[in-house]
Amino acid sequence: MPLAKVKIKISDFNFYYGQVKVIKGVSVEMLAKNVTSIIGPSGCGKSTLLRCFNRMNDLIPGARAEGRAEIEGVDILGPQVDVVELRKRVGMVFQKPNPFPKSIFDNVAYGLRVNDITDRLIIEKRVEQSLRSAALWDEVKDRLKDNALNLSGGQQQRLCVARALAVEPEILLMDEPASALDPIATARIEELIVELKKHYTIVIVTHNMQQAARISDHTAFLMQGELVEYGKTSDIFTKPRKKLTEDYITGRFG
Amino acid sequence: MKIKRIKEKVVEGLFFLNGLIVIIILAGIFLLLLKNALPGLKEIGLMEFLATGYWNPDAYGKATYGALSMLVSTGMVTIGSLLIAVPLGIGTAAYLSDVASPRVREIAKPVVEILAGIPSVVLGFLGIVLVGPLLAKLTGTYNGLNAINGSILLAVMALPTIISLSEDALNSVPRSYAEASLALGANKWQTVTQVKVPAAASGIVAACMLGMGRAIGETMTVLMATGNAAQFPTGFLSSVKTMTSTIAIELGEVAYFTTHFYMLFSVGLVLFLITFVINLISDIVFNKHMKMLK
Repeated sequence: MPLAKVKIKISDFNFYYGQVKVIKGVSVEMLAKNVTSIIGPSGCGKSTLLRCFNRMNDLIPGARAEGRAEIEGVDILGPQVDVVELRKRVGMVFQKPNPFPKSIFDNVAYGLRVNDITDRLIIEKRVEQSLRSAALWDEVKDRLKDNALNLSGGQQQRLCVARALAVEPEILLMDEPASALDPIATARIEELIVELKKHYTIVIVTHNMQQAARISDHTAFLMQGELVEYGKTSDIFTKPRKKLTEDYITGRFG
Repeated sequence: MKIKRIKEKVVEGLFFLNGLIVIIILAGIFLLLLKNALPGLKEIGLMEFLATGYWNPDAYGKATYGALSMLVSTGMVTIGSLLIAVPLGIGTAAYLSDVASPRVREIAKPVVEILAGIPSVVLGFLGIVLVGPLLAKLTGTYNGLNAINGSILLAVMALPTIISLSEDALNSVPRSYAEASLALGANKWQTVTQVKVPAAASGIVAACMLGMGRAIGETMTVLMATGNAAQFPTGFLSSVKTMTSTIAIELGEVAYFTTHFYMLFSVGLVLFLITFVINLISDIVFNKHMKMLK
């Protein structure tokens, strides 16, 4: 097996909301073109950790990070970091599908337009590519001018994936992307994630342990802001090293 | 137990009465205007009143009561003020809601509210001593008391309404839209102008219409700043006499129960209907906006 490249690396990472420490001394290395899942009970800091990778927590007053966080060896925390540039490289799909109240086409084209791509042909090409990658093209190709809010929940979420892919990120963060969807739509999103990891580094937060087991290569188990265990998904789910991990994945709490 | 229920009924009745009183007052104003306007309208005819432009009650020969020049004047001053206040107001609202730091917001919001509290006569004063001379210098006209002057001052008066209501509309846009936009590498300005403003469009339209209602009905400022020449306006540099100014100037000196008196009420009635319809529409649009975002 070729040595996988480390894409995201955090070390001794702490995160605060005001005085409250919500991430406590977490160190993790996530590999390129892998799916890494973050699991843990509600309120353990999964989403907060995920949102550190594209600095979405900056929007919250009083939020503050400590320690090191790097993408390909380059610091992403410092004040010199161009957050807009970072977010182009690190795309995100949210828990609830949140397409803009615009047409399907404009939703996907939005990220291109705000990044100053104005050539119609390039935009059209990129929109089609992104919708194909998100396995949505065949369903919407005849109604690209329709309002995106008319799509079903599952379609909306795949549209959000397409929208994120259009700006050609290297990393895709997914914050419980299937939690608001029915089982069939969930299965489609999961297939999509497995397909996408050929080209993207994916970090997914999930509540659903079976989902983590099905689609991820590595799993991080977080509890009360601390990293309990991190390793190959197969190891975590078949021979966890910590008792706490075993209790959680067997459903004894959580 | 029973006393408590009676008490509740009484309180309920009192509140109902309060609501009723407002409606009665509104209907009363409308009926008063209508009653005093009808005799004049019957004599002059609706066509001459609304479709001809000469308002000359003191003519030596036959007095004329064409209100078109006033309607156009009011329309010009109002549209002029909106051309200034709408872009400025929406821009300020966007800045305050999404771009400004909390510190700036804390200072700017009360300032906007203070702006709303400036007495209109003070603004009119500024129109005469400040805006007028400045306009005269810039455009080479005699005194700068004209439609532009009125538009600028009315824009200042409409701004607080447009800013604070537009800001409310922008704040009611779900956070998830802004998050999605920022996560795609859009900056704050792109997010607010390209995602939030379109999503809040109906609320912003309602805000602008309320600002417009404010501008149409404003009297003292335009009376002082526009020169009040009873002529058909030829452009934004000409002196205009709006509907409100006409009523304010003439009603104090008119003999009661004459045609002139009745016709001033007709002007008031038209003004009332215009502002009523504008407020009604903005209310409907705003409610639609709120429902859509739910």
